Amino acid sequence: MTFFSHLRKAAIATAFVLGATAVHADEQYFPLQSYRVGPYAAGGTGFFGGFIDYLNLINIRDGGVNGVKLTWSEGETQYEVEKGVEVYERLKSTPGIAAWNPLSVGIAYAMIDRITDDKVPLITINHGRTDTTDGRVFPYVFPLLLNPYSETSGIVNYIASKEGGLEKLKGKKIVVLYHGSPYGKETIPIYELLSQKYGFELSQIEVPHPGNEQQAQWLTIRREHPDYVVLRGWGVMNPVALKTAQKTGFPADHIVGNVWSNSEEDVIPAGDAAKGYTAITTQASGEQYPVVQEIVKTVYGAGKGNLEDKSRIGSVYHNLGIVNGILNVEAVRIAQAKFGNRTLTGDEVRWGFEHLKLDPARVEALGAKDLFHSINVSWDNHEGDGYVTFQQWDGKKWNVVSDWIAPDWKLLRPIIEKSSEAYAKEKGIKIRTAEDADAVVSN
Amino acid sequence: MAVQALDAERLPIDWQKLALPAVLIAVAYGLIPTYASSYLVEAILLPFLALSLAAVGLNLLTGYCGQLSLGSSAFMAVGAFAAYNFNLRVEALPLVATMILAGISAAGIGILFGLPSLRLRGFYLAVSTLAAQFFVQWALTKFGWFSNDNPSGVISAPHLTVAGFSLDGPTGRYLLSVTMVIVLTGLVWRLVNSAIGRNFIAVRDNETAARVIGVPVLRTKLLAFAISSFIIGVAGVLWAFTYLRTVEPAGFNLDRSFQILFIIIIGGLASIRGAFLGAAFIVVFPLVLSRLGAFAFGGLFDSGVLDMSQRIVLGALIIIFLIAEPNGLSALFDRLKRRIGSRSS
Repeated sequence: MTFFSHLRKAAIATAFVLGATAVHADEQYFPLQSYRVGPYAAGGTGFFGGFIDYLNLINIRDGGVNGVKLTWSEGETQYEVEKGVEVYERLKSTPGIAAWNPLSVGIAYAMIDRITDDKVPLITINHGRTDTTDGRVFPYVFPLLLNPYSETSGIVNYIASKEGGLEKLKGKKIVVLYHGSPYGKETIPIYELLSQKYGFELSQIEVPHPGNEQQAQWLTIRREHPDYVVLRGWGVMNPVALKTAQKTGFPADHIVGNVWSNSEEDVIPAGDAAKGYTAITTQASGEQYPVVQEIVKTVYGAGKGNLEDKSRIGSVYHNLGIVNGILNVEAVRIAQAKFGNRTLTGDEVRWGFEHLKLDPARVEALGAKDLFHSINVSWDNHEGDGYVTFQQWDGKKWNVVSDWIAPDWKLLRPIIEKSSEAYAKEKGIKIRTAEDADAVVSN
Repeated sequence: MAVQALDAERLPIDWQKLALPAVLIAVAYGLIPTYASSYLVEAILLPFLALSLAAVGLNLLTGYCGQLSLGSSAFMAVGAFAAYNFNLRVEALPLVATMILAGISAAGIGILFGLPSLRLRGFYLAVSTLAAQFFVQWALTKFGWFSNDNPSGVISAPHLTVAGFSLDGPTGRYLLSVTMVIVLTGLVWRLVNSAIGRNFIAVRDNETAARVIGVPVLRTKLLAFAISSFIIGVAGVLWAFTYLRTVEPAGFNLDRSFQILFIIIIGGLASIRGAFLGAAFIVVFPLVLSRLGAFAFGGLFDSGVLDMSQRIVLGALIIIFLIAEPNGLSALFDRLKRRIGSRSS
């Protein structure tokens, strides 16, 4: 880059800062609590890169959403809660905020009270508090596509499909190797429930954080001789698990990873040991999907791509960012259809998310066929019945090896409601009705 | 005779020294609630106050009594989760009582993990307080009861009311926080100027000599652990209830313990003012630097590069400060004051 292009960028940035005070009526703003530094930078650059790439695509190709331009700015959090809160407090008064997308549980937790007071949606795609799925109690929090319970059910359904049906699970043996944290332990009762329901033998083994020593756990696994091992890992625990499995002679193609054990960063450090390893995902990897191709052509072609390393286009986190972009943009579009093609309030966008229904045909029209399946959010179901698929690592890239699988949402809903109702009682929250959800604050 | 002298006489109160705190308290109650933006309160003052209080607590133990501890964030966690459970399970318990009970719970755990201090010193003690760090986090995760069986293992702050007034807004939470900090800091200030405080210092400076002059070393150490943990526990309640509002056990990890230890090392050991200066340096300064950096170079680099360079600047500043004044910001502050004083006279 030349000096002048720097100067131009600085001028644009200044203009943006000045312009922000006198906001144009046709801009929708996305505050980004990104993390490009620190231990989780790989995930952060991929996810926020994909998100920004998609917003850029909408601006360049379509001139925004129905003429409403999308804007954003980033605040670095390093995945630290205090920094995330600081960025929230700094950016929250910017006009025209559509939604918050922190991709960090700690930061998301600290924002729940704040965004509820401010009436702006908080999107925790594929993660977050499970009970925020219940929109009756958490009006502004959206764990889109997949919460930990659905993930569990999806994994069990996948193993069943490999064995030839749910009834074939009877007598099979599954070991769950989980990270010793609230995140890791969250699904223990669900695996137990499913084990009772389908009659498979279950053993759940904890790996203390951070998980860089797992010899003992894998020796136990070898003794128990399970049919499958589910890896519910995080960070360094994942490659170490794969390597230790290889050392103890457990085949990688019988290890199934969960949604935080499914990225390139989890398998590449394990080298050969990861070959054949399968993991769940809500969005397929690769750049063959039309929307990713358009991003490559339109955004990267114009030199506006966000990823520095272009080989990461189509990686797990990059595609998650793109899908997250699609969901945010479509929620805005749906809300615009009701409230008008203008800058929307946070509460109006919340209404948009609560009517975010993208069937497979609509997903295909968006150029994302096979990238993700569909979503069907409603005022009381903030997860939106996301489908999952499974990818196998061949040593170089992930390849989809299953159909789109539906978790057993009906089975899980009562457990979620029990937890959210306990929260409502604790906090003295009135449980929302459909009419409450239709009352929208439009300034 | 020496014992009598220690017991009988309090150090004289230097009224001049109270001028600055008085001004600060006036600002804290007079100006900030009226004029401060919600950004200043929510993003800077609330974490600053909670960590300052934790640092005051740790300074009592490490700075005054010489017992190195790496369990601060565990005691914060005990405070936070205890307050949550007292509030949840005891009907109509006033908020202040909740906080005090939470502090007492933390003090109990503090005494338990302070027991090794009777045998261990220095780095060995630090390692044994690490046990508190891991044990508490493990227990809070292991037993769902602590988080009322929340599937995600998190706790949320209840509505904060004192004597019928709701303190849920930023100003209310700030006032609650600042009041707790001032009251507890005042008590600590009285304590370190009392006979007990001098016992702490005696134990720190030379345990054998302290024993010879009749200081009850074991009791003094456990007392230091108890009081320090009490204060850190209350700081944990402030952190969870007034600042973050929803917390997970993982938020109280070893990094936080180190952060509090660094606050008192950089701010100045055995100095109450040092805890506040150190907290300002560790919590507030990076934010200021980040804002300045973003303002000056925002368009030129992406936010990652900018943040990386701030880390370098911060690291360099810590080294420079500690070379210039190994006794911390508090001593630096004193030197600055003397220099200004001598020039004006």
